[in-house]
Amino acid sequence: MNDSKKTILVVDDSELNRALLVDMLESDFKIIEAQNGLEAMAALVEHEMEISLMLLDIVMPEMDGFEVLAMMNKQGYIKTIPVIMISAESGGSVIDRAYDLGAIDYINRPFDERTVKHRVMSNFVLTLKQKELSEMLSEQIYEKEKNNSLMIEILSHIVEFRNGESGLHVLHVHTITDFVLKAIVKKTNKYGLTPKDIRLIDNASALHDIGKISVPSEVLNKPGRFTPEEFEIMKRHTVEGANMLDNLPFHKDEALVKYAYQICRWHHERYDGRGYPDGLKGDEIPIAAQAVSLADVYDALTSERIYKPALSHERAIEMILNNECGVFNPLLLECLKDIAPTLKKELEVISFGCASEDSIDESVRQIMRTDGNEISSRTLNLIERERLKFKYLADISGEITFEYIAAPEMLKLSDWGADVLGVPSNILDPLNNKKWCGIFRRDDFDDFIKRIHATTPEHPVATAKYKLVISGEERWNKVIAKVMFGGDTEAPEFEGAICKITDINDEVITLANLEEKAERDQLTGLFNREAARVRISKLLTESNGKKYALAFLDFDDFKQANDRHGHQFGDETLIEFARRIRANIRANDIAARVGGDEFIIFMEYKDNVEAQVARIHKRMTGDFKGFYIGISMGVVCADENCIDFDELYHKADVAAYSVKRATKNAYKIYNDSLSELLGDDGE
Amino acid sequence: MTVKECYDAMGGNYDEVLSRLRDDTRIAKFLGKILADPSYELLVTSIANNNAEDAFRAAHTIKGICLNLAVTKLYGSSNALTEALRGKSEITDEAHKLLEAVTNDYNATIDSIKSLQA
Repeated sequence: MNDSKKTILVVDDSELNRALLVDMLESDFKIIEAQNGLEAMAALVEHEMEISLMLLDIVMPEMDGFEVLAMMNKQGYIKTIPVIMISAESGGSVIDRAYDLGAIDYINRPFDERTVKHRVMSNFVLTLKQKELSEMLSEQIYEKEKNNSLMIEILSHIVEFRNGESGLHVLHVHTITDFVLKAIVKKTNKYGLTPKDIRLIDNASALHDIGKISVPSEVLNKPGRFTPEEFEIMKRHTVEGANMLDNLPFHKDEALVKYAYQICRWHHERYDGRGYPDGLKGDEIPIAAQAVSLADVYDALTSERIYKPALSHERAIEMILNNECGVFNPLLLECLKDIAPTLKKELEVISFGCASEDSIDESVRQIMRTDGNEISSRTLNLIERERLKFKYLADISGEITFEYIAAPEMLKLSDWGADVLGVPSNILDPLNNKKWCGIFRRDDFDDFIKRIHATTPEHPVATAKYKLVISGEERWNKVIAKVMFGGDTEAPEFEGAICKITDINDEVITLANLEEKAERDQLTGLFNREAARVRISKLLTESNGKKYALAFLDFDDFKQANDRHGHQFGDETLIEFARRIRANIRANDIAARVGGDEFIIFMEYKDNVEAQVARIHKRMTGDFKGFYIGISMGVVCADENCIDFDELYHKADVAAYSVKRATKNAYKIYNDSLSELLGDDGE
Repeated sequence: MTVKECYDAMGGNYDEVLSRLRDDTRIAKFLGKILADPSYELLVTSIANNNAEDAFRAAHTIKGICLNLAVTKLYGSSNALTEALRGKSEITDEAHKLLEAVTNDYNATIDSIKSLQA
């Protein structure tokens, strides 16, 4: 296989003839031999890509040379593999027939070594040149058509999104139109369709419904029957589409746009003159519009729509032929009959092609076989379509995508993303790029890079949340990265990552709000006991040298407030009390409502806890709307021996209880003399 | 026996074959292939079995080989037989007669080649 010699397939039933040719050619070529047509076909299937030239005898058993040529035509090999006929047959008609079937040269027996070598060599050079030329040509055609296809793709996809049609409709109409037009050319020359015209019409067919953009979507997607007024609105899509093309600021004179105009405006005309919008009759309707109209109807019948299920291929053909869905040119109906079997098969290929990659491969392979010249442009179109889809979806989803490349370290942003962030599409050395770090804080981005470096081929996805500054506003964003590894599986190499930034600010805020709500007492807005416990425990375990005290506050005679002034007043009193607490503690202190009329305050103190407690107690108590708020308050100081929340809580409670039992409306600092009250607090 | 003497003995055109194949050793090698080629046996059986199609192909192959190697005499008779069989569905009397000529020339050719190899 590493042999740089080109391969020639020699097909002759005579072993001696083959041996002679091998003898003459083997110094310059690699030779595969076949002794009849069947073997030749088998060799073609097996070695298609290697074989550069074929020498073919005519009279052979099993399958003769003409049959081989016919098969090569049918399967498309004839376009890529040049065939030189070799035979003792010298009749003019035999040679003519071989040329008609695509043979490019003829070598008469007896073989003359110089003649054989010369013919083989010169045909080689010739076909290589032709191959290159045809590749260059198709590249040029592709370049020229690229801009147009882009426009078409975008417009037609937008229409489909609005129509709620599957993405296949445009693709199907394209394919069916192509078949119909090619069938017409086989039958008649009357429309003067060149291969170029057909290609343009195929492409323009995607635009047939762009006018639907102007139809209100409640009409467009109405499941039931249209009222006469609605139908009038719907019918306008033909003229609207044509006007859109007519109003194009550029490209107006291009053949593609002209065809698109005809198709948009007249794809609902009928051959009997009873269609719309202009009531054109017979061949007054341009052939492009006739073909697309037929394709549109066939695909509409065989596809599922809001208002109808999908019909079978056979039923659809039958209905069209019986003029049940409009009236068509009888010639086109003939063409439809001709292409019906292929249509069914090809459309299945397209549908499945979109369903799985394997099938795409298969349909690409089929395309390659049937028409070698269109390989590059068709494949490129497929890729282009995927790229467009991705780009479009990324844009409408409001996500910013970028690629991180490890070496040289750089970012490549999507156009849309770069636009939104106000940065260039390519950013070299992002960590030292001021603009980028103005969006993604340097430390955060550094953290992000560390995270993606920590992934493995088995777990290549990293996710993190950062506050990014986008359009001058700091918002929470989620960054997801799928890391790409190169190298082999033994030693994977980090190459970079594909990343997506999603704004989750609203979610984060909502979540934070919810979390906070769950931690707060509804009436007073103070923490509940559990939330306070978590926060206080955290502070207690952080041995930061600070001194903390926990106060337990118990309302005196709260029951009387309720009984005398009603529950409403009771609630007001509690709210007032919470206000007083908030007003008298510092920002880092923690206050919570732990029972009906019980509160705690966890506070930092400097040297004299008693003075602080006295001040707080004084400010908390006092008159509220004629009711005296009195508080029994117990306080405990946290020390090395006691940093457990529950223990502190209990001790403060005990101290408060002792106040309540004694004087009420006072405070007490816990000391060990109260310990006897611990444990028998049997309320 | 030289290659040229062999060609003279079997009624071939040595000058022509040399100009095309350009080498005595190569010519001798391919003459040997005539001995190994089954076409003559196939021709005889096919004619005996009234199989015109196979007979045509066999005669055609012999003719082709002779043409390539400039074995002029056998080429002449096998060519005549080929044309007599072309497009026929049955073996005609003419074909039977022409087969005799082919057999004579074939045997002479085989004998000469065997002498060359000896």
